[in-house]
Amino acid sequence: MSDPIAPKISVRGLKKSFGPKRVLDGVDFDCAAGESLVIIGGSGTGKSVLLRSILGLLRPDAGSIRVDGMETQGLRGAARMSLMHRFGMLFQDGALFDSLRVWENVAFGLIQGRGMASDEAREIAMKKLAAVGLGPEVGALSPAELSGGMQKRVALARAIAAEPEILFFDEPTTGLDPIMADVINHLIVDCVRELGATAISITHDMVSTRKIADRVAMLHNGRIIWQGPTAEIDHPDNAHVDQFVHGRAEGPIQMEVRAA
Amino acid sequence: MIGFLASIGALFIAFLATVGRLVAFAMQSLGAAVTPPYYPRLILRQIVDIGYFSLPVVGLTAVFTGMVLALQSYTGFSRFNAESAVATVVVLSVTRELGPVIAGLMVAGRVGAAMAAEIGTMRVTDQIDALVTLSTDPLRYLVLPRLVAGLVALPFLVLVADIIGVFGGFLVGAYKLNFNPVSYLTQTGEHLETMDVVSGLIKAAVFGFIITLMGCYHGYQSRGGAAGVGQATTHAVVSASILILVLDYLLTAVFFAK
Repeated sequence: MSDPIAPKISVRGLKKSFGPKRVLDGVDFDCAAGESLVIIGGSGTGKSVLLRSILGLLRPDAGSIRVDGMETQGLRGAARMSLMHRFGMLFQDGALFDSLRVWENVAFGLIQGRGMASDEAREIAMKKLAAVGLGPEVGALSPAELSGGMQKRVALARAIAAEPEILFFDEPTTGLDPIMADVINHLIVDCVRELGATAISITHDMVSTRKIADRVAMLHNGRIIWQGPTAEIDHPDNAHVDQFVHGRAEGPIQMEVRAA
Repeated sequence: MIGFLASIGALFIAFLATVGRLVAFAMQSLGAAVTPPYYPRLILRQIVDIGYFSLPVVGLTAVFTGMVLALQSYTGFSRFNAESAVATVVVLSVTRELGPVIAGLMVAGRVGAAMAAEIGTMRVTDQIDALVTLSTDPLRYLVLPRLVAGLVALPFLVLVADIIGVFGGFLVGAYKLNFNPVSYLTQTGEHLETMDVVSGLIKAAVFGFIITLMGCYHGYQSRGGAAGVGQATTHAVVSASILILVLDYLLTAVFFAK
């Protein structure tokens, strides 16, 4: 039984380097149950590394990641797979299995991960496809036959197919036109609300952030430098966040641009 | 001088590290066979892909190998009036060496490259990470079925290559070199021992394992987009081909050295 006051996800002192480059330098944050936290930050600031570390796809050098108070660092084999049952993940480029049809992609976690019968899993997959606005005819197609927006929707259907407690979204609107991005944002909000899930998203799309976040945190120089409710991001008490949110070239964040 | 020695040392250490990673990868993949879930459909699909779809290319190379072997043996042996040994040389060469090696090299080019490219593409497009997030062990789902299929399919493929290769030799012997077809076939069977065929099939199983291991390993380790996948494909084919030739010598030494 988890402590109702304890955060759903708690990250403390997370560090990760690649060779001499320190990407995460002591990341600390909490995410409450049922909350939608969006982590913003510039390209190359380590947002994806942070998400992958929480998911266990990357092994951090130091720090603690707790889910419902349970330390997940060092979990291997069956224990790790059991933790994965509680997660759903939408990858930046969808990461759909191109050798499988759309419905098989959506049903994959149910069939392979949970041993559900194919017919039952197919039925659920079709319902999830409908939930993201795709008709049953799409189920028989291959991912290569879909547009970018449809692939994102299929990936979202796959992420929510097993109705996980915790959802992760990696740049959910990158590469989409504004209207399709808005469709995806709406779907994310609806899915998270319907499942009652806890969600952590990473993005540098402020429109998306405003739409899907309950709370926002900013990652810069390997640390969380600011966090607060979504309503506060337009008037933050932090110059870095202010510059990022308003997309100004001048400010404390200096892009490394080398003259030709 | 010290710089030269240091670079040799660094290369040696890098080689040992690669061997260590490869062995760990193979052990982890095979370790997945101990506990369920198993994927028999995936194994079957891989057996069909490796075995059945390689039949045309392996059959074609085997028939010409047998034919050229008969022709070369005849022109060489005729200098010592030993033409009657042609059938024996053909059958022993094909079953012991050329069947497994030629089939192995052909499959390394066809299947090893395809595996490295497929798994490499899955790696660089996050599909392998997606497997993990869907509670599926990538080594169990992607690698183990391919290793098992390579181990099973290659011996069957080599058995077919042996038959086709010997038949190629028979065609040249009977219709070009004017051997009596019946006595050619009699001589083919006369000196052939079970161990000649079995040693070739054991070699085939080892080669099948090596080809699929190299394809999976290099694909799994690939990084850096399309260029990384291309590099993985090259490494898979080159390393499998070299290992086939090295292991062929070692296995021959084990089976036949006295």
